[in-house]
Amino acid sequence: MSQNKIQLDPSNNNSRVTWEGCSVLLDINDGDRLVFARLTAASTLKIGNKNCSLQPLVGCPFGSLFQVDNGKEGPVLCRALPSKEDEAPEKGENQISEELRDNRAIVDDNKAQTLTGEDIDEMRRQGAKGDEIVEALIANSATFDKKTAFSQEKYRIKKQKKYAPRVLLRRPFARSICEAYFKKYPNRIGFLRVDTLSLMLSMANITANSDVLVADMVGGLLTGAVAERLGGTGYACSTYLGDTPNSIDIVRIFNFSSEICKRIVRAPLSDLSLDQNGTSAQTNSHEDVCNMEIQSNDQISSSVVMENISISSENVVSDIVPETTLSPASKFCKAPKAGEKASQEALKLWKENGFSSLIMAAPEIDPWNLVKDLLPLLSYSAPFAIYHQYLQPLVTCMHNLQIGKMAIGLQISEPWLREYQVLPSRTHPCMQMSGFGGYILSGTRISGS
Amino acid sequence: MLPTDPTKKISFTRCITDGDLVIVYERHDAMKAVKVCEESVLQNRFGVFKHSDWIGKPFGCKVFSNKGKFVYLLAPTPELWTLVLSHRTQILYIADISFVIMYLEIVPGCLVLESGTGSGSLTTSLARAVAPTGHVYTFDFHEQRAASARQDFEQTGVSSLVTVGVRDIQGEGFPDEFSGIADSVFLDLPQPWLTIPSVGKMLKQDGVLCSFSPCMEQVQRTCESLRSNFTEIRTFEILLRTYEVRQGKLDGSRDNGGGSLPCKRKQHSIEGSSEQDNQSSAAVLARPCAEAKGHTGYLTFARLKFLS
Repeated sequence: MSQNKIQLDPSNNNSRVTWEGCSVLLDINDGDRLVFARLTAASTLKIGNKNCSLQPLVGCPFGSLFQVDNGKEGPVLCRALPSKEDEAPEKGENQISEELRDNRAIVDDNKAQTLTGEDIDEMRRQGAKGDEIVEALIANSATFDKKTAFSQEKYRIKKQKKYAPRVLLRRPFARSICEAYFKKYPNRIGFLRVDTLSLMLSMANITANSDVLVADMVGGLLTGAVAERLGGTGYACSTYLGDTPNSIDIVRIFNFSSEICKRIVRAPLSDLSLDQNGTSAQTNSHEDVCNMEIQSNDQISSSVVMENISISSENVVSDIVPETTLSPASKFCKAPKAGEKASQEALKLWKENGFSSLIMAAPEIDPWNLVKDLLPLLSYSAPFAIYHQYLQPLVTCMHNLQIGKMAIGLQISEPWLREYQVLPSRTHPCMQMSGFGGYILSGTRISGS
Repeated sequence: MLPTDPTKKISFTRCITDGDLVIVYERHDAMKAVKVCEESVLQNRFGVFKHSDWIGKPFGCKVFSNKGKFVYLLAPTPELWTLVLSHRTQILYIADISFVIMYLEIVPGCLVLESGTGSGSLTTSLARAVAPTGHVYTFDFHEQRAASARQDFEQTGVSSLVTVGVRDIQGEGFPDEFSGIADSVFLDLPQPWLTIPSVGKMLKQDGVLCSFSPCMEQVQRTCESLRSNFTEIRTFEILLRTYEVRQGKLDGSRDNGGGSLPCKRKQHSIEGSSEQDNQSSAAVLARPCAEAKGHTGYLTFARLKFLS
């Protein structure tokens, strides 16, 4: 089975063409809707009130654009070339001064459009393309010619989105996954914004061949982002308190090769802790055995569940897009399993050498509570980055680290991100922005002696 | 600097050796890069430090001067390097750097083009992101600057991942040998719009470009030239606010409620932990640092349109 997997997943994790079973991000109407999906024979995407098969997307290069056309058996996704209308001749700076029209004559009485819903349905039945419907709507609008050039453009875009929706095929990366979650379900990722995540990866010096200690209570986003930077080298060791590992379901959205998945491991904090004397190590290893049995049972039962009702496990992925329905996938399409239990050799190595960095996003936990146990597991001079959505717990944590002389270069930072609309004569910051993306406490572990 | 060489990777057992690059840490705003050399000494306001005392100690340790004052010796990282490198040009800082790497979707194995090299602050982070199998090709039209950057990359140990070329990218574009094979391109040029056609040739389909410009007029011209062949054109500004944390006593902290300042009360309501409830101990207070960067530059990203 693993042989099959390898054949199906391009060994190059950086593949730019989709394959059967790969995870994709669908950008509908220029970012209006972001949908994660797994491309299987049966998966569909709901657009408007119709379901479109995602099969035409298999084997296409990422970046391809699709348009919904009316096929014999309902709407079908067809490859579309990027429109040339974006390349409209440069009107440049004069545009505004030449504009003589304004909206004084436009009255909102719902009489401007003479085309009825029935007319449009009839056009659809006759196989009219979405773009043709948009043109018809414009031709039948009594007020279109009176609008300013800007609002004509707005009108056209609005109608195009409704009658000729476009779907852009994107590669899922930490960037797009974080953005999509932040937009739709920010609480599931602890309100961790993409710029904050990017800062954490820098501050924790995440790079190939490092052994990164990860405390991820943001659904696997952090673990996935770290693994993406490791590229199948080193380790992302996701640790947890107690017996139940935190969910890292989001990792499945990344198209990780099995090489990368193997580098994502989990270990309870109790297994990582440095033993004060040799004898307790013995008892610990006993517990390990027990834990492992429980763990492996869990894994068996959970994988059974996955095969039987892969619908529900796929829903984990597509959760972010309740509108999408994905049907049972063949089991070859499963991403290779990430998050196995860390091997004894790996645990031993980490105890001897220490982790090369710590990265933490546990928005529900008092950071100091974890940091005081995790920091001693780091090599001397190892950097760390700790995320929290509240300032005060980080302040307390920073103060305690200072008092305890455990770290230097301590700093709490908060990124501020503003997007701009850049258009000829219409450049300004976007009207809506995220006002808060979280706080990071960063620093470097020092040697106590 | 990067753990590509396992013998250089930090660990409990890795000690400072002759020839290592260390970051001498006095304070968070006073650091210096030093190459360890057995016979050499470091002299600063704290006195004289003998390098020979450093050898055999772990990274992250405290070392003392002849006057009994101390500094810390840290293993270099791209972040620390950005704080200590010699500025031959205006450089990019951590917030912009981090966002650029994330948004350019750079992962291990990528081929990245950059111009200009400048002081190599971003280049070092790009190298970290493409390691161990990718490569950064960076170009600067200033011959001496390129040579200094090369020396720096040698010193920081990233030279196997970076190639520095001398070329006027704005005038000549990127070399043809990179046509269609670049995963991402970064531009920090005075007239980036002149280079956009060349970038379109270099990028793989769906590849991402970032252009950094301090002025909005540059951004506008760049965006105009991007519209024909690029999609998902987005412009951002990113700034970092840092916080000061100190222990202090506020008047009225003894009588519960009454005259306590808002920040004090807030602390109680959010935190409520045992340490904070102890009225006799001073509170830990945080506020944004008064001095902050107000502007670095605008970051414009765009993705090469799929045209076939």
